[in-house]
Amino acid sequence: MADLDVIALLLLAAFVTYVTRIGGWLVLSRFERLHPRVEAALEAVPAAVMTTLIAPPALTNGPAEFLAILVTILASYRLNVIGAIAAGMAVLIAARAMGF
Amino acid sequence: MGRGGRVTQFQEMRDALRDVAPMAVGAAPFGVVFGAASVANGYSLVETLVSSAAMFAGASQFVLMEVNGFGVPAWSVAMAVFAVNFRHVLYSAATGRRIAHFSFWQKALGFFLLTDLQFAAAEMRGGEGKSVSPMWFFTLGGALYILWLVTTLAGGIFGQFIKNPKDLGLDFLLPVYFLAVLMGFRKRSGFVAVVLASAAGSVLAFKLLGPPWHFALGGLGGIALAALMAKPEARSDG
Repeated sequence: MADLDVIALLLLAAFVTYVTRIGGWLVLSRFERLHPRVEAALEAVPAAVMTTLIAPPALTNGPAEFLAILVTILASYRLNVIGAIAAGMAVLIAARAMGF
Repeated sequence: MGRGGRVTQFQEMRDALRDVAPMAVGAAPFGVVFGAASVANGYSLVETLVSSAAMFAGASQFVLMEVNGFGVPAWSVAMAVFAVNFRHVLYSAATGRRIAHFSFWQKALGFFLLTDLQFAAAEMRGGEGKSVSPMWFFTLGGALYILWLVTTLAGGIFGQFIKNPKDLGLDFLLPVYFLAVLMGFRKRSGFVAVVLASAAGSVLAFKLLGPPWHFALGGLGGIALAALMAKPEARSDG
């Protein structure tokens, strides 16, 4: 059914998520304006973190995975998020089926 | 509440439902994909639903699944979730000003519902000079919450019938998903530099130190570069 360790981890993650959602209002709104470097750093957080979830698996698996990543990048210039994912996954499934 | 009460409340609710409809079409597939991927990755249906009900945060629910798959300590999973959810801090500061008139408990619940879509909708409505009322806010957020749970459940049920996740590429769905989301930020200033720095840092740390260090060190590399590149007088317009 449900593993208690997993449930505990999910609740911890839910708490952390809530902290980010209420934290900006509690903390950031007390500052009139932020230093440009701080603001740039805050702006860069999502892209920087997302990249660390992509680059290692993209470069340390095989040709099928690498190809899927390339196609997703190209597709994202033309398609929306779901479309880009579908294009990348289609290439991955096809490449694996062909034995790459 | 107060003057004009019922008619206004009804109007606010109708506005929220009208605003949420196009968003629901976009969000529903993510709920289904999350539910299916979670169950196919070995999580039970109950765990999958608890994830959606307690976190209510698409991308970071995927992150938890991915990072926890490395078998790393809980604190590092929580840190990865915090980092991916960090954008909410910026939303929170902006939306907090729009809902300053909410009561304490309305705020406490309102911030729980502060997703990317909720933030975008509130900014748009506030920007048009319309009031962001509790009725509007909770109708929109409540609809998205229910949609997220229903689509997670549907995906989870579907996921139980997937025999070999690898044939469908589900073991590699998360990097592809994150990449598609990441590309949505490509118009921000310094995007390419930040991505290249984080990619180099994370691959290096992954090879030399292993997980979970590549998340923290790679991410810090990109963030530090962004801070260094920022021009002191220019204000960025993300």
